[in-house]
Amino acid sequence: MITPPNFPPPGSASDPPVVEVGHSRLRLLIARTRLALHSFRAGWSIFMESRIGVLSLVIIGVFAIMAVAHPILMLTIWDAETYDPVTGYAFDQVDQPSAPSWRHPLGTDPLGRDVLSQLLWSTRSEFVLGITAALVTVAIATTVGAVSAYYGGLVDVFFMRLADLIIALPGISLLIVLSALFKLNLFYLALVIGILGGFGGTAIILKSQALSIKVKPYIEAARVAGGGHFHIIFVHIIPNLLPLSLLYMMFTVTSAIFAEAVLSFLGLLDLRMSWGIMIHTANTGGYLMGGTRYWWLVVPAGASITLLCSAFYLGGRALDEVVNPRLRRRHD
Amino acid sequence: MEANQPHTPPAAAEGLVSVSGLTRQFPVGRSLFRRATSFIHAVDDVSFQLNAGDSLGLVGESGCGKTTVGKLLVKLLEPTSGRITYRLPGLDGAAGQENAPLEASAIIGRQLRTFRRQVQMIFQDPYESMNPRRTIYDTIAEPLAVQGMGTVLDRVDMVSEILMLVGLTPPATFLFRHPHELSGGQRQRVAIARALVVEPAFVVADEPTSMLDVSSRTGIMNLMQQLAHGLGIAYLYVTHDLAVARYMCHRIAVMYLGKIVELAETEELLRNPLHPYTRALLSAVPVPNPEYRREPPSIVGDLTAPIDPPERCRFFDRCPLATHYCRDNPHPAFEEKAPGHWVACYEV
Repeated sequence: MITPPNFPPPGSASDPPVVEVGHSRLRLLIARTRLALHSFRAGWSIFMESRIGVLSLVIIGVFAIMAVAHPILMLTIWDAETYDPVTGYAFDQVDQPSAPSWRHPLGTDPLGRDVLSQLLWSTRSEFVLGITAALVTVAIATTVGAVSAYYGGLVDVFFMRLADLIIALPGISLLIVLSALFKLNLFYLALVIGILGGFGGTAIILKSQALSIKVKPYIEAARVAGGGHFHIIFVHIIPNLLPLSLLYMMFTVTSAIFAEAVLSFLGLLDLRMSWGIMIHTANTGGYLMGGTRYWWLVVPAGASITLLCSAFYLGGRALDEVVNPRLRRRHD
Repeated sequence: MEANQPHTPPAAAEGLVSVSGLTRQFPVGRSLFRRATSFIHAVDDVSFQLNAGDSLGLVGESGCGKTTVGKLLVKLLEPTSGRITYRLPGLDGAAGQENAPLEASAIIGRQLRTFRRQVQMIFQDPYESMNPRRTIYDTIAEPLAVQGMGTVLDRVDMVSEILMLVGLTPPATFLFRHPHELSGGQRQRVAIARALVVEPAFVVADEPTSMLDVSSRTGIMNLMQQLAHGLGIAYLYVTHDLAVARYMCHRIAVMYLGKIVELAETEELLRNPLHPYTRALLSAVPVPNPEYRREPPSIVGDLTAPIDPPERCRFFDRCPLATHYCRDNPHPAFEEKAPGHWVACYEV
């Protein structure tokens, strides 16, 4: 047995408080949490230093407020008969679509439904879609990348050729075919986009990162410590991949929202309402070609798609600076 | 490999670790569709032995295969040929037979876990050998956690204990820091703590002081010596610095291009070097005297990569003593020229 030398005298008053040896599991947990908070705060300050990071957070924040606002408005000042995004009808307006007014700030659509209500209602489902797709993508891509880099050989060849195949497939066309074959609702769409992203390009990027982690001496140290394959992949490789995964999560949100808009515009999704469907409605009524006269049918939804997509993309770019120290400005 | 060359382990009794005819080759230019046609002979027919509590310094230039020997001994690499046998507590070769030697190739599964508890490695680079996302506690407790030794509470105690032992006191201030918050010397102390926390019988130290600045080097070297003596650990100390090897080790083995060319007790080797390469190394050791004029080195040329080397003596191209006999014959056998002093050379 190792016999410890005499305990050193306790530190002077200026030292941080000494935790007695033999403290509890709770203390361990507290220390871990404090560390996590610390590194989060460090990353946060770098993120907030970049203007695009702040801008993206503001935009995402505004959309989050919009998503929350809809149910509150429906419960308080909007009656379901007039303002329901799908079944409502604005009896107070003579012509449909009607131009923006006090009662309908963004006007009504050709079927007499309130555009603002549709816009707010759709925001929530865009968030759900984007985040679900991103989570699926990242979960798959991180695991595939780490496993592929760690084992190499045939496993690697299989996953990388699969990724090549998925990249070679034209994404939107594939989704169009899938939506013809299956009834794609929001959840299935998120799943499909997530799986395509997860086994596709993101997996290749994360694998290349995992390759550079795999050759670090601490992986060898873990093997000498007796760590098995799963221990090394899940304790050493994946935690070091997570920052990059988070970054690609942001980019996946963008592509998911964009894909949804395209498919909805083509009328191929089984959704009640979405930004894409709003533009689709304008198009089927023949109002899309009418120039700027019926702008409220197109601009709110189109601008929302553009803004939210760019916000997540810019957020990803700002996150890139946190994750990738080489892009960071020096400050000591 | 020279098949006609006899394997001669330079000691009679089987020790804690004994290596005979150890060879490791790395294929060059292999791809999915192409078989390698040439090989780097990183370690070629190396034999030596280490007893409990013993310390052996492995000295040589960069690229001579010292680190590969170390990695082979801790089973980070598998040998191409040759055998390594261990006599480790808790690892018996034959069932029911106490302390029977066990072949490295037979250590798999459950035995590999026990092996990992007995044989540890200290890595060269204290900056890269720790996962930057894990705390000092996580890093040191990793072998314990992986081996399922103790509960979380026990492990905190054990890690605190070992931190005090390696001189990082008070332990509570270090436990939950990240590696980047520590200096190079402190990190190497953590690396030593990680290797020793499972109380191994044998440790491979791969140039643990070469990345540190001179001021923290002696501290680490003293620490390692105290710990090794105090805990009775045998170690293989890989280094390129003869002075470090002299300070740290009972015996020194000099490696050149994958071969051990000379092996002797430390003082014997330094006082009476026989191999021309060892002599050249010793003549290159800095002398703390500004008036000292160094003799021109007796060897010429550079270290080459041992890619498919010719059969003859590895040192032939640079050797001041080389003869026609050396050119026409295979690499000389490793022979005991004086008691306990082994040399591979035809000319001494």
